[in-house]
Amino acid sequence: MSYYFAIVGTQDNPLFEYEFGTSKQGGDGQARFAEQARHMNQFIVHSSLDIIEEVQWGNGQMYLKCVDKFFNNYVSCFLTGGNVKFLLLHQPTNSAGLPGSVASSAASSPSAAAAAAAAVGSRSSTSIGANPTSPQTEEAVRSFMLEVYESWVKTLMSPFYRANMEVRSPVFRQRVAAAGRKYL
Amino acid sequence: MSNIQPSKGGTKDQPGLRYPTNGKTIYHRPLNRAKTAELSGASFAYLFSEMVGYASKKIESIQDLEKRLNVQGHPIGLKLLDLLLYREPARTQTRPLNIITLLHFIKINVWQHLFGQAADGLEKSSDPSKPDEYMIIDNEPLVNRYISVPKDMSQLNCAAYVAGIIEGVCDGSAFPARVTAHSVGRQEEGEMWPGRTVFLVKFAPEVMEREGYLGKG
Repeated sequence: MSYYFAIVGTQDNPLFEYEFGTSKQGGDGQARFAEQARHMNQFIVHSSLDIIEEVQWGNGQMYLKCVDKFFNNYVSCFLTGGNVKFLLLHQPTNSAGLPGSVASSAASSPSAAAAAAAAVGSRSSTSIGANPTSPQTEEAVRSFMLEVYESWVKTLMSPFYRANMEVRSPVFRQRVAAAGRKYL
Repeated sequence: MSNIQPSKGGTKDQPGLRYPTNGKTIYHRPLNRAKTAELSGASFAYLFSEMVGYASKKIESIQDLEKRLNVQGHPIGLKLLDLLLYREPARTQTRPLNIITLLHFIKINVWQHLFGQAADGLEKSSDPSKPDEYMIIDNEPLVNRYISVPKDMSQLNCAAYVAGIIEGVCDGSAFPARVTAHSVGRQEEGEMWPGRTVFLVKFAPEVMEREGYLGKG
């Protein structure tokens, strides 16, 4: 399971990006995107912005859940009050729907993969990586987003931060990494 | 996007970055604060008078001065929006989706946070030709408490600063608007609220268009 997280500003400009892998079930927290996919990720995430602009007026919640899917890539979105988008692309390594994309990764445990293959969305699978649209995954992503949101508001509170500035703080990056380790 | 490089190696090898000696950055400070925590009115009045003094240098008109005060307030509104939403309980933590919720949020939450009380009124323009205009009314703006406007600048209202904050909140939540402050208190003997100020919020045409569209659906 690999994740690509991006913060997109109000002018659709990227403010922050970070790649990481799962730390659950013995994962080492390293992203395992193919070199080509890493470039694609930016396009996939940005292409979901159109969908978000439609969804955002139908629902006042900040967490918009999984908004877009592109083959085996799922995009979850969290929209702040100031219209800044937190986008998380997750790419399950063991998808049941797409046999061609199954990549054998040392990080995924065989039992979880088997459970996911048996029934996507079944409760027997506790792996949040296996079912990107399951309630457990949604909750985990929500917790992750809320933690990032806290750090984000703190960034805004800096008197030297102006809207749509790139976030370069190493402390912010550490906070995002810690939230990723904790929940995903 | 690819030019955003992850800063590897952490903090030590970045010569340009200075850390406080105790190692605590803005990320280590809590965002919630006690309900009773208030700031000194006197120090605010002093700082605000300096801000007005600074803004009134080399101006050509009163509008210029009000514009500058407005610009000073704007980033505060942008930031306040997310801070106040963050402090909302999770159940009601929702982005404003229409004009009424947004103005209500400003009247209650923003005013409560800044001035310790809700605004005194919220009205829609009675002129049918101006459906995009709304008014937030404050009988006695805190910022104007110690300000006496000279006779030759009688149109000036320093609450333009607060108008800028409101404008920031509106712009931030994707409701672009122009907000201006107007004094409406009569200067007669026995007038209850001589400093009564109306903040006129004029939303951009695209906001009205979207509002109509969303209202139907």
